[in-house]
Amino acid sequence: MKERIIGQVKRVNGPVIEAMGITDAMMLELVKVAESRLIGEIIKLEGQNAVIQVYEDTTGVCPGDNIYGSGMPLSVELGPGLIGTIYDGIQRPLEDIYKISGHFIEKGIQVSSLNREKKWNFVPEDIKLGSPINGGAIIGSVQETDSINHKILVPLGLSGVIKSISPKGEYLVTDTVAVIETRDGDKNITMLQNWHIRKPRPIKERLPLNIPLITGQRVIDTLFPIAKGGTVAIPGGFGTGKTMTQHAIAKWCDADLIVYIGCGERGNEMTDVLNEFPNLIDPRTGKSIMERTVLIANTSNMPVSAREASIYTGVTIAEYFRDMGYHVAVMADSTSRWAEALRELSGRMEEMPAEEGFPAYLPTKIAEFYERAGYMKTLCDKDGSVTLIGAVSPPGGDFSEPVTQHTKRFVRCFWGLDRQLANARHYPAISWHNSYTEYLYDVIPWWEQHAGPTWADDRAFMMELLQKEVRLQQVVKLVGPDALPDSQKFIIETCTMFKNAFLQQNAFDNIDRYSTVEKQMRMLEIILTYYKRGAETIKRGVTLVTLKQMSVYQDIIKMKFNVPNEDLNLLDKLMAKLERAMDKVESVYVKN
Amino acid sequence: MSKIDMDEKHKKLKAGLEYIGIDKIDGPLIFIRKTHPVGYRELVQCIDAQGNTRLGLVLDTSADIVCVQVFEGTSGLTMPDTHVRFMGEPLKFGVSGKMLGRVFNGLGQPIDNGPLPVAEAELDVNGMPVNPTAREYPRDFIQTGISAIDGMNTLIRGQKLPIFSGNGLPHNELAAQIARQAKIKGGKTNFAVVFAAMGVKNDVARFFVKSFEETGVLDNVALFLSLADDPSIERIITPRTALTLAEHLAFNKDMHVLVIMTDVSNYCESLREISTIRGEIPSRKGYPGYLYSDLAELYERSGMIKGFSGSITQLPILTMPNDDISHPIPDLTGYITEGQIVFDREMYSRNIYPPVAGLPSLSRLMKDGIGEGMTREDHPHLASQLFAAYSYVKDVRNLASVIGEEELTPLDHQYMEFGEALERTFVSQKMNEDRTIEETLDKGWQCLNILPREELHRVTDEEIEKYYGR
Repeated sequence: MKERIIGQVKRVNGPVIEAMGITDAMMLELVKVAESRLIGEIIKLEGQNAVIQVYEDTTGVCPGDNIYGSGMPLSVELGPGLIGTIYDGIQRPLEDIYKISGHFIEKGIQVSSLNREKKWNFVPEDIKLGSPINGGAIIGSVQETDSINHKILVPLGLSGVIKSISPKGEYLVTDTVAVIETRDGDKNITMLQNWHIRKPRPIKERLPLNIPLITGQRVIDTLFPIAKGGTVAIPGGFGTGKTMTQHAIAKWCDADLIVYIGCGERGNEMTDVLNEFPNLIDPRTGKSIMERTVLIANTSNMPVSAREASIYTGVTIAEYFRDMGYHVAVMADSTSRWAEALRELSGRMEEMPAEEGFPAYLPTKIAEFYERAGYMKTLCDKDGSVTLIGAVSPPGGDFSEPVTQHTKRFVRCFWGLDRQLANARHYPAISWHNSYTEYLYDVIPWWEQHAGPTWADDRAFMMELLQKEVRLQQVVKLVGPDALPDSQKFIIETCTMFKNAFLQQNAFDNIDRYSTVEKQMRMLEIILTYYKRGAETIKRGVTLVTLKQMSVYQDIIKMKFNVPNEDLNLLDKLMAKLERAMDKVESVYVKN
Repeated sequence: MSKIDMDEKHKKLKAGLEYIGIDKIDGPLIFIRKTHPVGYRELVQCIDAQGNTRLGLVLDTSADIVCVQVFEGTSGLTMPDTHVRFMGEPLKFGVSGKMLGRVFNGLGQPIDNGPLPVAEAELDVNGMPVNPTAREYPRDFIQTGISAIDGMNTLIRGQKLPIFSGNGLPHNELAAQIARQAKIKGGKTNFAVVFAAMGVKNDVARFFVKSFEETGVLDNVALFLSLADDPSIERIITPRTALTLAEHLAFNKDMHVLVIMTDVSNYCESLREISTIRGEIPSRKGYPGYLYSDLAELYERSGMIKGFSGSITQLPILTMPNDDISHPIPDLTGYITEGQIVFDREMYSRNIYPPVAGLPSLSRLMKDGIGEGMTREDHPHLASQLFAAYSYVKDVRNLASVIGEEELTPLDHQYMEFGEALERTFVSQKMNEDRTIEETLDKGWQCLNILPREELHRVTDEEIEKYYGR
């Protein structure tokens, strides 16, 4: 729509601008401010006045400067070309900005989100001309990267009969690839479409969540699994490894597509992702991980209001790929920065604050965001999911602060990061005491089918041992370890082994960085066998020292490094060795 | 000429327009009614009755009233006699390579009786965000000669690594030692130090000047001093001025710049002061809700950029109020910087210098800058093993304080001995002691020798073969 002047600046206070003389504007309309055309959004309308949140630095904006309306809400461009691109919070490609303005981001840069010059090989779907068609249906596809076949969908809200469809060939994203005859006349369909970022894309129905998202991280998959379409919060103070955990999941989880949102975090972390991801190979497809990744970077020194928008930009892109029938995982690092952006803007608008200065609508906003996750039947009758994994950065590592508490109300899985573990360089520092998952019972059938029928029991047994260990450790703290009988010391011993050999995972080791479902299950079995047989021998009088000096002990500790995912026979051999060693120890004592 | 061009021209003509008399003075803020349209963050000159010029910045602008913060403070200003001139452009700082070896106030005006160097470029002090795609990921190891840093919390060129200290702890000594000893392994470098003092005591500033003088590096140092008796508002601009020069030296002059900023806590206090006067809604402990974004604007002005050979390494120093690491200032800093060096008062009172607390200290960029070809192949595993063992030492010490040291198992005794050795021989060193990385790593292995071989889970068998027990 054509640009038009809708009013003038009245007051400038950081990223919040008050405007006057507004006659023709709509709520949440995308606007440009002043002659440098800073991008903003109308967030309040009152008589002839409006409040505008500006997504760029407002230095130099004067009262009286013009405000230009665009006639549409803040939207993202959807179509081929999204994957492998790094965007800022309002979907401007940072690489194109780099070409225009060099290493610093200047303000008021206008670039289109999707490349307008690149041609894509469009393959039409086999649809009978004249048949009825609705929004969300697939009319063709583009092999965007080796891993992702980008389906071209009819824009949502459009319905009619298909009049023509272009043949296979090379097209720009703005070229017409189909014509649909609707009640309001013929509509040309291109590969590019827009969607308002604050509005969830419609679906056919929500399906139950019962397939786990396999992350390859043992503490997550085995102890606190998350389902595809689920929501999870990762809270942790600084240095407890939120970003490292998010990176590890982004690299190795079995989603088809990753949307990684760097929201108000460090610039070098995004550079790290940009350097590392293209060189990593997805074990399932054998292709580079970058070929299934969309990056959104709004680092901490970029304008604060764009930080607020970046979360929505990311989740809208995720929903778009979900609508094609893909399983998408969204990493939001960190949602606290997003909440703080809300607080800052709310403060500048002089709204009445609730807890710790956060606006009273914070919980509503958090709920709206996490509810965009789910396992869905899409409008084109495919199964797709959006899994939301949000990091939370509680001030002082204190989980009782508002963002963590409100997030806990709306997520069903909670991986609390523990300062003590991080200090001991035990990564991932996910605490087994205060983490939980509500998806456990949903995913048990899948695990029992894919890993082994005893999975749920084994897991429960291990969790119980870890609980016992906590109580025993309290005793040790009071009276020292010597006061405990060997059978109880052995519980502590086993839990230490479990922590070192299983829970702790080295993200930089070529073998240990991710574990398949089978490997996790076997490793768990070996450790439980060690405990069960060991406890049995202790009853017969074997000492703890004898058990610890078995050479198989070191093999178990190092199995995560020594057994590659492709060669699990080694674990069978280890299991046999363990059984033999236990037999041997037992036989000595039976004779006595 | 279109109407819009006319408007723009009109604006330019009004730049420099002067108003006589102000309507309200509140702390460091002044308010002027009925001006021409004034830009947000525009530079302001404020001339008092004696004819002295003070600089200020527009904080809030509307058609009726403009709010200006005056950096040199408002003391002595009168309402009717003060002239206010709006400059029509943001606060800029004329930077020059000749600024090395000179002393400036927080606004970049020389205070060493020398002339103002001719500016090579006029740069906006607020800088601009670096495009993440333009960044070069830092991975060059800086040898500081301090084992606690090199061995366990390695500093990388282009990193921002703050020192979390407390009042009375030797953070200044450590920062000065790092500035003296920092070098790149085997390389000859074009090195400069930019020092920004925010609200520090005169003695502290003198300590740094003396320390730079003694080692003969003063010619490569630019000092920006906003001392404790200068107006607190000046501190808000001090780090920005200093970083603007650092950016010029790094990206226009290909230098490797180390920026030392002390004390960030004072900077945050000034921010809180302004925020309170403006009546903003506070978040934790009265600090403004944008403290995180504001600190990020400073800390993120570091790193390396593709196509430039220079770099900015930041070493901010902050004193944790009441040694509380969960206080908003260290907390938010920790969320932005790439790790932190935390000082421990108990270690200092046991006469360990530098008193670097082993466990809470962290360098996030360490993983990519150490190992074969950069430091030594055993470094990553050795550091991990030292952390793991030291963490267990802490548990053992807690236990010993309850049940008594005699009741510990023999293994726990070995751990106690290891912990003591690590603190006394590895962490502890003299203020002028410059250890090579090999010496540092060997000292680490000597500590590990105290522990039995089976306890070393994090190092490989080959490394044990090569270094253990020697």
